[in-house]
Amino acid sequence: MATIEMKNIVKKYGDGFPAVNDVSIDVADGEFLILVGPSGCGKSTLLRMIVGLEDITSGDMLIGGERVNDLAPRDRNLSMVFQNYALYPHLTVYENIAFPLRLAKWSDQDIDAKVREASKTLDLDEHLERKPANLSGGQRQRVAMGRAIVRDAKAFLFDEPLSNLDAKLRGQMRTEIARLQKKLGITTVYVTHDQTEAMTLGDRVAVMKRGVLQQLATPRELYEQPVNLFVAGFIGSPPMNFLPATVENGQVTLPFGTFPLAADKAAKTEGKGLLMAGIRPEHFEDVSVIEEGKLDSSRTFAAHIDVREWLGDQQYAYVPYEAEAKVQDQLKELARESDSDSLRTQLVVSLDASSNAAEDSDTTLFIDTDQMHLFDPATGDNLTVGL
Amino acid sequence: MPRTLTGLKNNIGTVIGCALILIWCLLPVAWIISLSFKSQESVTNGSPGFFPSGGGGAGWSNYADVLQDDQFRRSIINSIGISLIATILSVTLATLAAYAIARLEFKGKKFVLTTALVIAMFPVVSLVGPLFDMWRTIGIYDTWLGLIIPYMSFTLPLAIWTLSAFFREIPWEMEQAAQVDGATSWQAFRKVIVPLAAPGVFTAAILTFFFAWNDFVFGISLTSTENARPIPAALSFFVGADPFNRPASLLAAGAVVATIPIVVLVLFFQRKIVAGLTAGAVKG
Repeated sequence: MATIEMKNIVKKYGDGFPAVNDVSIDVADGEFLILVGPSGCGKSTLLRMIVGLEDITSGDMLIGGERVNDLAPRDRNLSMVFQNYALYPHLTVYENIAFPLRLAKWSDQDIDAKVREASKTLDLDEHLERKPANLSGGQRQRVAMGRAIVRDAKAFLFDEPLSNLDAKLRGQMRTEIARLQKKLGITTVYVTHDQTEAMTLGDRVAVMKRGVLQQLATPRELYEQPVNLFVAGFIGSPPMNFLPATVENGQVTLPFGTFPLAADKAAKTEGKGLLMAGIRPEHFEDVSVIEEGKLDSSRTFAAHIDVREWLGDQQYAYVPYEAEAKVQDQLKELARESDSDSLRTQLVVSLDASSNAAEDSDTTLFIDTDQMHLFDPATGDNLTVGL
Repeated sequence: MPRTLTGLKNNIGTVIGCALILIWCLLPVAWIISLSFKSQESVTNGSPGFFPSGGGGAGWSNYADVLQDDQFRRSIINSIGISLIATILSVTLATLAAYAIARLEFKGKKFVLTTALVIAMFPVVSLVGPLFDMWRTIGIYDTWLGLIIPYMSFTLPLAIWTLSAFFREIPWEMEQAAQVDGATSWQAFRKVIVPLAAPGVFTAAILTFFFAWNDFVFGISLTSTENARPIPAALSFFVGADPFNRPASLLAAGAVVATIPIVVLVLFFQRKIVAGLTAGAVKG
């Protein structure tokens, strides 16, 4: 149990490219921190620097208040679960879990007690004498976790531990990891590219892009108050809609029409020319399902629904629109950065399941501009953060 | 019907092919064994049959004669000792070297690998002369050491290449996991990497042993007495009383005796040489 403090951590490879650039994160004792970002953002590199498998080019890494930059992995007393589990194939499950204790020269009795305890926690009792090759993916995953929890490490590090499991098992193991972490109350750093894991597991989430920390906040804050275009687009599924917007006279003009904007948001964005408006799919609604009298008719517009996906509890509708080439380029760039692909400029709206909006027809939609964020297209900064 | 017919045809083809290859490989061996059971007279007189006929059989007497020969017994001990020591040294060094080559980035890595390959391709004969002179000057001519050194230098490259290929197959995470678990680099190497590379180590060991055991050129040139003379060289000294009438059946018995350790070795280790030991290490 310990805190992990990263101070201005930089990792440069031989070619001078900074894989991790000036990242500072403090992880509190017992906290569950998630590192998330698209592939190549440096999140795994950062984790490997914490555990000592990568050298730190500059900056300080403190574990439990002690500077560990120059300590070998074995002297840092951290335990790590690897993406491919890295079990020792020539050892039984029992010996795999006992391996760290054997290295620490524990007595056979103590080892046995510890291994049994870990295997009980992880429900591995009946597999102790088997070899990893004969286990299923989920069981291997549990063995890898057993090896991590068996000794009293200062912190757990997970490197995309669930990415090799199928979807159903992934959900189960996610809950299992959350439960285990709560039970053991141990500081945990968890790397993932899956935002469901990021949002559900973490006390705080650090979003990274190209080696730079974008935002470090609670999952709720990330979702509701993203500091820039990248975080806004990366967090949330389906992603936030980005639309070209201009704010004038307290009103915002979108490709679908002009709508009133909250005064505080308008004050910060007025007269700044072309901006990027970000609005999440659930902040649209089909007018026909909104109660009479609650509807603000100044914030409705007619939309042509192209495709509709009915999911039972809600439905997604797609509304294509034409955008200027400059805006399109920026949207493409944004999609590329967050590992996705946008083929066309379209609005994704989440409608109530009871809406009868038909495909390939015109529907009147409500837009909740109070929830809208406005971004500076040049820097990507959120101009309305905190509002 | 046509399907099973082609299947049958394929089967017959496989059987015939295997039989041909087996005959091709094993006939000389069978003939040597047959020869070793014939008496010297019947060989001289011409004994064309595969099995000894007309009282030409010698039973085990050829083997008894060979094994009673003091020089031959010494040569067996020499061969086993020299080959084993050369193998152990060579494989140990090669394991360490191959690990470094597979895992570490260092200057001159390519150079080491190509040099190793060049040495392996060097004709053995061209080195015999210089070695003969050097060994006599240094004073290790006709000693075990004098043979172990050239055997090692000729088998190391092969062992290094084989083993570094094996090491490259082992996921690096294995070792990193061990280090995070609290192992020193040496412990990670010994407790995780070497057990995983065991099939490679055994393969390299067997190849090395074969080379040392079968070598004739060094064996005959760098020895002069039974002090260090290995079996292949000793066999060539089996001339008997009459140099124009070599004791073929005795030689055959000697050859069979020389082959037995190799056969035993292969039978013993073939179970160890199982690939796929790394299965289950990572999600596959």
